[in-house]
Amino acid sequence: MRINNFGYLLKEGIRSIFLRGFMSFAAVCVTVACLLIVGSFSCLAYNFNVMVEDLNKSNEIMVYIDSKLPEAEAKSIGTKLNRVDNVYSAQFVSREDALENFLSDHQGDDAFNGVEAEDLRHRFVVTLEDNSLMEQTVKEISQIEGVAKIKAAYEMAQGFAAIQDVLHVASVAVIAVLLLVSLLIISNTVKLAMYDRRDEISIMKMVGATNGFIRLPFIVEGFTLGMIGAAAAFGLLWLLYDWVLSKLDAATILKLFIGSFVPFQELLVPMVVTFASAGLFVGIVGSWTSIRKFLDV
Amino acid sequence: MIEFTDVTKSYTVGTKALKGVTMQIEDGEFAFLVGPSGSGKSTIIKLITGELKPTSGAVHVNGYSLERIRRREIPYLRRTVGVVFQDFRLIDSKTVYDNVAFAMRVIGAREKEIRERVPYVLDLVGLDTKSRRHPGELSGGEQQRLAIARALVNNPSTIIADEPTGNLDPARSFEIMCLLQEINNLGTTMLVVTHEKDLVDRFPKRVIVIDNGLIVSDGMDGYYHYENQ
Repeated sequence: MRINNFGYLLKEGIRSIFLRGFMSFAAVCVTVACLLIVGSFSCLAYNFNVMVEDLNKSNEIMVYIDSKLPEAEAKSIGTKLNRVDNVYSAQFVSREDALENFLSDHQGDDAFNGVEAEDLRHRFVVTLEDNSLMEQTVKEISQIEGVAKIKAAYEMAQGFAAIQDVLHVASVAVIAVLLLVSLLIISNTVKLAMYDRRDEISIMKMVGATNGFIRLPFIVEGFTLGMIGAAAAFGLLWLLYDWVLSKLDAATILKLFIGSFVPFQELLVPMVVTFASAGLFVGIVGSWTSIRKFLDV
Repeated sequence: MIEFTDVTKSYTVGTKALKGVTMQIEDGEFAFLVGPSGSGKSTIIKLITGELKPTSGAVHVNGYSLERIRRREIPYLRRTVGVVFQDFRLIDSKTVYDNVAFAMRVIGAREKEIRERVPYVLDLVGLDTKSRRHPGELSGGEQQRLAIARALVNNPSTIIADEPTGNLDPARSFEIMCLLQEINNLGTTMLVVTHEKDLVDRFPKRVIVIDNGLIVSDGMDGYYHYENQ
């Protein structure tokens, strides 16, 4: 294919977008609507995942140290704890601090007036990287010399792990179904555009144009429309996301909840990549597969 | 050259469109192909343009063996065969010039060649003064001239005209037939498929008559030759 031919085909592809303004507009609108639905659900799923992860991280393990050990020795166990796989952080709480926390939690309760710091143990508040491995990690921690007792909420950890698993499977399944439906809708829109131009294609075939030559303007058109649709959907999603966040921010009851939502900027790169790939895929594959039927003459 | 040797064509529904057709149209010849509806005329055209493959027998068109042709060779076969249809099949959104130039562009011709060839062909069919008009602004006869110009522009060795005068009045039909004869005089093989007996009789050319998938007459003395038998 000569360079001037390539230029002509490129020009034809772009020209036909404007020539068939309504069909182009319909294809872009369908792409925008589908990508907006997929994008919104992806954002929602991502935020839920982050929230569950945050809640999961707040599920702490209490590691009590042998009461015979002095504070300095008890503190040194922190180094060993940090060396255990899956330990994210280990924060030392002295028996004095523990008593202070205890009393402030039970203010006004005379029953605890006689409690002394010596009655309590030094302890570590341990958070894990992966709470689904809590049982195994607790076993490893319990083997460290000087550890007297461990208190861990296994059931809560398992619950979080189960929620995350369900969330992963559900979001992957829903996104896959939405993408498939989008592809079918977009492919049908492209087919409709092709049907509109079947005479032109049959003339091209009749005068001896090769399939590659016939396809290229349609591919250029599909690519351009796909990218326009993806860019518009991306912009709209960004606006929509920020608008929803601002509304949630205004609702005081939800303030606590909002803290867990990630700003759109954090999703920028994966969203740009996803939308650009989806636009590219939908535009090129949509026109490629739709035109096949009309080339079979 | 177009050569059919004992060609049969059956469709999947069981219809036998051709039942052993043998004919030869030499380079530079002018021939009419006539016959009633459903006689097999369209099947012959589709076999020549590579839209169909024969069930048995051999079809040779301008050096291509149609029974063995590969898919990727079909566009190159079609560049040797210009086709003119009854319904013109023009692109309304393009001007007269662009309708003709389009046929050159889609086979990858250079702009310089297009700028030289298109005015020449439009002049040949008498549309040189209307190159900026759109097909909708032309009369039926002019639209068919434009379709002929498009078929001709890539300099094919053969032109097949499928009922080229079917949508035209007798005077315009005669003009179109004269134009086709003129093009034939320049050396292009011409196969004209038509129903119009009167028109055929006005041109002393070879007439191939097909009926029920068989060639029933092939001679120089016109359509009535078969009818009067």
